[in-house]
Amino acid sequence: MGEFPLLSLVIWMPIVGGLLVLATSQWPSLNPRPLALAVAVITFLTSLLLYTGFDVSTADMQFPEKASWVPAFNIYYQLGIDGISMPLIILTTFTSVLVILAGWEVIKERPAQYMAAFLIMEGLMNGVFAALDAMLFYVFWEGMLIPMFLIIGIWGGPRRVYATIKFFLYTFLGSVFMLVALIYMHTLSGSFAILDFHVLRLGLTEQVLIFLAFLLAFAVKVPMWPVHTWLPDAHVEAPTGGSVILAAIMLKIGGYGFLRFSLPITPDASHELDWLIIFMSLTAVVYIGFVALVQQDMKKLIAYSSIAHMGFATLGFFLVFTIMDNNAGSSHGSVMAMEGGMVQMVSHGFISAAMFLCVGVLYDRMHSREIADYGGVANTMPVFAAFMMLFAMANAGLPGTSGFVGEFMVILASFKASFWIAFLAATTLILGAAYTLWMVKRVMFGEVANDRVAALQDVNGREIVILGSLVFMVLLIGLWPAPLVEVMQVSIQNLVAHISVSKL
Amino acid sequence: MIVAPAEFMLILPEIFVLSMTCAILVLDLFLKDRERAISYWLAQFTLVFAAVITMTTGSGQGELAFFGTYIADAMGSTLKVFIYLVTFLAFLYSRHYLAERKLFRGEYYVLGLFAMLGMMILVSAHSLLTVYLGLELLSLSLYAMVAFNRDSYPCSEAAMKYFVLGALASGMLLYGMSILYGLTGTLDIGLIADSLKGQEASVPLVFAATFIVVGLSFKLGAVPFHMWVPDVYQGAPTPVTLFIGSATKIAAFAMVMRLLVESIGALQSEWQGMLVVLAVLSLAIGNVVAIAQTNLKRMLAYSTISHVGFLLLGILSGTQQGYAAAMFYIITYALMAAGAFGMIILLSRAGFEADEIDDFRGLNQRNSWFAFMMLILMFSMAGVPPTVGFYAKLSVLQAVVDVDMIWLAAAAVFFSVIGAYYYIRIIKVMYFDKAEDDQPLAPHFDLRLGLTANGLAILLLGLFPGGLMALCGRVIS
Repeated sequence: MGEFPLLSLVIWMPIVGGLLVLATSQWPSLNPRPLALAVAVITFLTSLLLYTGFDVSTADMQFPEKASWVPAFNIYYQLGIDGISMPLIILTTFTSVLVILAGWEVIKERPAQYMAAFLIMEGLMNGVFAALDAMLFYVFWEGMLIPMFLIIGIWGGPRRVYATIKFFLYTFLGSVFMLVALIYMHTLSGSFAILDFHVLRLGLTEQVLIFLAFLLAFAVKVPMWPVHTWLPDAHVEAPTGGSVILAAIMLKIGGYGFLRFSLPITPDASHELDWLIIFMSLTAVVYIGFVALVQQDMKKLIAYSSIAHMGFATLGFFLVFTIMDNNAGSSHGSVMAMEGGMVQMVSHGFISAAMFLCVGVLYDRMHSREIADYGGVANTMPVFAAFMMLFAMANAGLPGTSGFVGEFMVILASFKASFWIAFLAATTLILGAAYTLWMVKRVMFGEVANDRVAALQDVNGREIVILGSLVFMVLLIGLWPAPLVEVMQVSIQNLVAHISVSKL
Repeated sequence: MIVAPAEFMLILPEIFVLSMTCAILVLDLFLKDRERAISYWLAQFTLVFAAVITMTTGSGQGELAFFGTYIADAMGSTLKVFIYLVTFLAFLYSRHYLAERKLFRGEYYVLGLFAMLGMMILVSAHSLLTVYLGLELLSLSLYAMVAFNRDSYPCSEAAMKYFVLGALASGMLLYGMSILYGLTGTLDIGLIADSLKGQEASVPLVFAATFIVVGLSFKLGAVPFHMWVPDVYQGAPTPVTLFIGSATKIAAFAMVMRLLVESIGALQSEWQGMLVVLAVLSLAIGNVVAIAQTNLKRMLAYSTISHVGFLLLGILSGTQQGYAAAMFYIITYALMAAGAFGMIILLSRAGFEADEIDDFRGLNQRNSWFAFMMLILMFSMAGVPPTVGFYAKLSVLQAVVDVDMIWLAAAAVFFSVIGAYYYIRIIKVMYFDKAEDDQPLAPHFDLRLGLTANGLAILLLGLFPGGLMALCGRVIS
């Protein structure tokens, strides 16, 4: 592909397409859905070229693009991807197709604006993953809030206004301090390029402050305990598509931020404070796991399960230092921990999307998310029940599904760090199974609970396509994770090598 | 003492605006009510042509004229062009609003042009007296404009408050100037700067600086000298609020540059501390109090106060970069403010003022395009990318961090998060609430065109901020 600006295409095509879809709202007779779907599918197919054209043997940034943007501040329009960001871009473009499909019949009110918001957000999220200039990253990162704010607020549930304002202010508060940190580093280095920040020498105090500023931004986004409280509200009130994007992509952006910013820019502070992240991650895994167990609302339960699963990803990222200290000279364990975290992020992207889509399927029919309103759904919706069972098993980390791979890698690596960390992390295998399967049991099995359940129609063709494609991905990564691990291997090895060298 | 003819060329824009304003004043007497549009078009023509003159004359080398009382430099010309632009928008937005309320009189344009002439003089002042001359021409015209709707009780009240506090502020400023004159023996800004160079800050000098800062703070509306701002914004007719809230801010920036930076720049370490206090208080009070407002004009008044806090951050950094950042900030803010008040005008109609926040309910259903424009404006004021408001904040923060005042930058972003709440509340009522008012929106073509261009400019400047930023950097240095 050489000079062809593939990344710009993947970013701007959905945004321009989204604006076109928005324009169709001026003519109410036009149906915006086919156009939106076409844009999403073409973007997805284009993004596959990033995979096929990707060179797995190098950790350098690939598909680079660079153009001057704001010369007064040395800000460049600089793009490029490595093995860490590439899978996340494809996850984004894939999920966006599903989201457009999922909103096909359900969204009756202002569908053009709905589809346009998702397409524009898709472009912005791709931009976040592809940006190599910190200001460009920040623009995409903040810009992303605007469509999400509107999606939750316009098409959300009864408490949508509360949820969306909480979501907006929480994330905004988190990210402004990151902005100050970025500006500070620009003052030191005279550049906003992220790769220049990677090699910028910083004292320990500076590193700790910058690390904390980043932590606030990314921890809110992930979200980590104790700044997770916006997520259950946002998830419960968001329309199905919004929940899917939130869980599948937005949370990953927080995790991605740790890998792209916190760890390489402030390795010593990360080393100093890794106990804090490990503590927060384990709290998320154990405590939030228990919280999920007692939820009455299906979406809330999955939201809490997302927090617990993302705790695994952050645990994997920050275990590397302990593993390196324990096994001097061998980076094998730390690479595995970090890869485990990455696989967990990608896999959780598929599984959480699938779980929220399943709840969406039920909600579209019954207009209730309360577990107590259901019971015996398997009797009336057998095909759907099979799908949901599979995703629930994946959520619980059943071997053979993608959920197992990431969790297993992280637990295995954590034994090299400390038995107790591994022990606490492994409780997720019990807790995850408990809250997921108990929910499935109450919703799916038993006697048909009431007349409304008895009248349920099974999934239609559109829903089978959506859920079926997710089954394919979940099983593919579960049975054959090698292609995914292969693309990220070199980049993660490079990252581990980079952070093992002190910047002091 | 002979004035060379070439010096008249330098003040050609002022001469042109003055003669045109007088011509309109006289001509308007002979116009019948239905021909009033002629005054409007003449005023708009004056602005466009003045912009042409300003851009073609003046070498941008900082030439002095009239015995050093007037300076024609690049900063002045640039600011003037933006003042014309914003005044143009103000006249454009207000035309039908005034006509529907039987206020469509020539005096509005004459007073507006005189106020603008005051701003031009202020922008190009190179002597304390010229500063004062411009300031008073501006202020007196504004007092009259605020009271323009003379049958309205709130308008008269606002004008009275504005006048009393404005006169007080002018007094403070004059007092500071007189001390400065006593100490340096000159009114020329360049000579004052020369005589202060390398001098220790004596108590009388600091005294003078304090009074000048207080006077400026009154005019800018910085806390704790902000009391007049909400009342005047709310009480004045919306087109006048628009004018005060946008164009005069650019002139106020110029006044700060001339008085603080160019004349007593040597005392930077003294006034920096004062500005820190003013900036933090403005950010805090402006943003927090705005949350409690239900009236949009009043809310925007408090939002102005918080934006003034950001402006002061740029100036107090005391670097070229900081001044350029402040200039970028004030120009973009003037455009945003013009758009936001323009939206109020758009939603108002004869006998109905859309100045309550609730009047924006369900705007997305009534007219999704202008809801989108307002969305851009509000996110820009909150400083969310990809709108230009973000770069304005970014450049100011960069300037503050560069002089190692990171805590100040952290405080500023913290308050801007608080500020984000009331801006997104507007978006909330527009997008998430149901419309109560189902009157269709039928704005006039020129208003629609103007607001669309205004909103898109905010977005486009946000996508490509480089040009304007480079311009500000160039004219300051």
